[in-house]
Amino acid sequence: MKVDWKSTLWPGGDPRVPGLALLLSLLGIAMIYSAGHVDVPSVATGAWRKQLIWLGMALVAFVVVSRIPLRWLDWASVWLYVASIVLLVVVLLIGRGPNTRSWLYVGPVGMQPAEFAKLATILLLSRTFSSGRESIDRLSQLIRPVLIVLLPVSLVALQPDLGSSMVFGAILIAGLFWAGVPLATLFMLVSPGISLLLGFSPVVWGVWFVALAVFLYLHRPYAAEGILVLLANVAGGALTLPLWRSLAPYQQNRLIVFLDPTVDPRGAGWHLIQSKVAIGSGGWYGQGFTQGPQKRLAFLPEQHTDFIFSVVGEELGFLGVAIFLLLLGWFLHRVLAVARAAEDRFPSLVVFCLFAVWLVHVIINVGMTVGLMPITGLPLPFLSYGGSFLLMLFVGLAIVSRASAEA
Amino acid sequence: MAETGQNGKSRRRGVAAEGFLLAVFALLGLVFFRLQVLRSSTFELRSQENRLRAITVPAPRGTIYDRHGRIIAENVPGYSISLLPGSSDTLRATLDRLAPYVHLSEAERDALLAKYARFPTQPLVVRDDASFAEVSAIEERRPEFPRAVVEMRPRRHYPAAQAIAHLVGYVGEISGAELERPEYLGYDPGRIVGKDGIERQYEATLGGVPGVRFVEVNALGSIVGDFGPRPAIEVRPGTDLTLGLDLALQQYVDSTFPEGMRGGVVALDPSSGDVLVLYSHPTFDPNAFIGGIDVGLWRSLRDDPALPLLNRVSTASYPPGSIFKLVVAAAGMADGKLSISSYMPTTCGGGLAYGNRFFRCWKPGGHGLLPLARAIQESCNVYFYQAGMRVGLDGLLAAATRYGFHDPTGIDLPYETSGVFPPSREWFDERYGTRGWTQSVVLNLSIGQGENQQSLLRMAQFYSALATGGSPIVPHIVRSEGLASRRATWGLDLTEARRRQLVAALTAVVNEPGGTAYAYRSTRWRIAGKTGTSQNPQGLPHSWFVGFAPPENPEIVIAAIVEFGHPDNQVSLAVPYGIGILERYLDSLYPEVPFPRGVSDAYTP
Repeated sequence: MKVDWKSTLWPGGDPRVPGLALLLSLLGIAMIYSAGHVDVPSVATGAWRKQLIWLGMALVAFVVVSRIPLRWLDWASVWLYVASIVLLVVVLLIGRGPNTRSWLYVGPVGMQPAEFAKLATILLLSRTFSSGRESIDRLSQLIRPVLIVLLPVSLVALQPDLGSSMVFGAILIAGLFWAGVPLATLFMLVSPGISLLLGFSPVVWGVWFVALAVFLYLHRPYAAEGILVLLANVAGGALTLPLWRSLAPYQQNRLIVFLDPTVDPRGAGWHLIQSKVAIGSGGWYGQGFTQGPQKRLAFLPEQHTDFIFSVVGEELGFLGVAIFLLLLGWFLHRVLAVARAAEDRFPSLVVFCLFAVWLVHVIINVGMTVGLMPITGLPLPFLSYGGSFLLMLFVGLAIVSRASAEA
Repeated sequence: MAETGQNGKSRRRGVAAEGFLLAVFALLGLVFFRLQVLRSSTFELRSQENRLRAITVPAPRGTIYDRHGRIIAENVPGYSISLLPGSSDTLRATLDRLAPYVHLSEAERDALLAKYARFPTQPLVVRDDASFAEVSAIEERRPEFPRAVVEMRPRRHYPAAQAIAHLVGYVGEISGAELERPEYLGYDPGRIVGKDGIERQYEATLGGVPGVRFVEVNALGSIVGDFGPRPAIEVRPGTDLTLGLDLALQQYVDSTFPEGMRGGVVALDPSSGDVLVLYSHPTFDPNAFIGGIDVGLWRSLRDDPALPLLNRVSTASYPPGSIFKLVVAAAGMADGKLSISSYMPTTCGGGLAYGNRFFRCWKPGGHGLLPLARAIQESCNVYFYQAGMRVGLDGLLAAATRYGFHDPTGIDLPYETSGVFPPSREWFDERYGTRGWTQSVVLNLSIGQGENQQSLLRMAQFYSALATGGSPIVPHIVRSEGLASRRATWGLDLTEARRRQLVAALTAVVNEPGGTAYAYRSTRWRIAGKTGTSQNPQGLPHSWFVGFAPPENPEIVIAAIVEFGHPDNQVSLAVPYGIGILERYLDSLYPEVPFPRGVSDAYTP
């Protein structure tokens, strides 16, 4: 029997998407290899071998998932969502981790249910938007999608996992944006979140609230909607301080330090300062592959996971950084192209939400290495060491490739 | 999303998403460009500072030799233990763990933490004289003490120990007060500097310049390795010094000092100004100061009423007593008011009545009628009371100024004292009121009492002027042609003939019957000298001897004092002691001269 290997392994579609992904993964493993070259004992030593094994498994997952027609996923999305919610509850009960209960262990293999929940939430959210016939322009139509996201967000926030909570928020906004929700409605929806941020200062919040009221008067939504938005903003502003106090001290520190890393240069500010020193000392061409002294002497923390991009900056310099950013940008650009080219609403929404998730990961991870973003522990796609994250990345990639092939 | 009627809208949102993606990556690119290209040098420096710790490599101090190349101060291998800077909490913990291996008391640990608080970026020197056993105890437990730096560092050693203590001084870690002084500009805490004596005076020469070595450390502050094969700044060892001192004679002086007494000795080579001996007693072992003196020992030295730390030669002064009579004689002969054969109107009958007071001679029976030469030989007070009056108060005050009795000699030792002598009549007026004093002060001044305090060194210098004539050379410890050509700003204004007359009188003091030192005359050498007894408010009179030999062509001038060493008219401890030193030195200079040498036949080399 003759096996058609090409059609078995390859779903078709834009070859640049999986091609760039594979290239970035291999370059990432090279960086993890470098991250293991340190002068003091480190868990990063030898991590590149494990990551190579995970890449193999991720490729298998890619081949398997890309065989699945997208309408099957559409149909199964409710059950996948329910399963992911169950896992999120389980991880709260028996999960482990350094600061957060975010890891589930099956024997020696650990996974983060939040990664799976992101995908499941994307699928169910896309199904909800694509099944609706009429266009969405009222806030009441958004209750279902908001609830779909709110349930996993609350469970993830309980772990607590700040980074993943932010990613779920991005999924909701990206889905609403791509589903064509009017920007004014979107603004009304996110306004309580802005109140939550501004609630630290009553004066600033007051100014914001007056501006919001003026906007509502000019925009003239339904009276009930307008009142609801105002009430939600009041609640957001009032909740800020209680919520802040409910954060773990390490999370508060990270947010404070984001604003001023010199507050605590030996403690929470340490990561950021050392990361900036590593990147800044790279110059144009870097210190050379595996040669970065900040990394070698363990000044750079989490150098193979959260701060892998600092290693790129220190060892390969601005040129290396530029090449990696170009490859990541090109990859995301191709994914966005798939979302734009998709004929059906469901695949287009799924691919766009995946694009948004990966983009947020890049913004937050790369941004935190230079102090643009608070330190949250979100991995950098393709580069950061982490098996289950890589696996889910390639599962998502399989869906993108399938969407590209089906278009 | 092509199936809805919102094609235009979905295209616009697609373009917006592309624009957002582009903006995000452009922003990231710009931020990295700013950090890595525009501000690269700042962060490169930070990276270097992060991983390199500077460790000072102490410079070996210069060796100090005596005039014959014998070692006075040398360096022996020692070990220092220091800790690289870290947080004070971990430092406390490390010190506590270190304590049993290097024997640190609780108080010492507190002192170290206090020192660390003052200089938090400097490596903290825990011990700078660790023994080999302590060092190996730490090396065996290296992983427990990753921040500890053990280094070979030269350790000062003084082989002659207590014999040269006041001359050589000692070294120790620079103090906070010293760090603020201009001469220590550029010195770092923890550096070893001279604290007294020659070590202090010649710190700039002996000290050298420490080098700097960089070690690479990781984020925990543990040392990973040396950075580079050579020190970043090379050590410049200190320069060796050769002194004019005769170490063998110094040790002889130490070993023969009268038992249980206090005092000092200085000996000069009058032709070069070299200090041959500089000794103060009681003394101490300067080696005890190396690496930090034990607190108990320090207290006992500091609080000892015998003041063992005091340099009695150059930093203390005493009433000179009869030693000063030669100043009166020289002043009178220079002014033409006295000659070597001058007689005084009043015969010595044991004292002189002046005003409503009776001024005694030391010899109750009196000396009778005698000329200046015999008055010197027998040290007659009554004669000198009158000689002083003949010179006059103004003449005496002028002579003291002329012969430098208000100034330090300028020896190359720290803390030299100046003499005390009234500079003018106004000085008495201020002190006692214009009517509160009489001409009788001149009587006391004439026999070296009253407001007259001089150091041994000053008296030795005056007698070397007597011995050689003209301006004496400024006494100096270090042998150098430059120093040997520095003459005092004053000179002895006597004709050579008159000077020789005084020398002859001084020779008679030791060698002629009736001379005050005749009982202790040398059987081997002709010696010129003068004894002295200085009354003092603290107790029994001090015993002085100042002399030189051979009288005609002197090789050595000596001044010796034994405090409270003249209990009665029979014993004057400084005299036999001083004469013994002179004999010993001449014996060592001329070993070929057969023994015994004639007493009356002056041997002139």
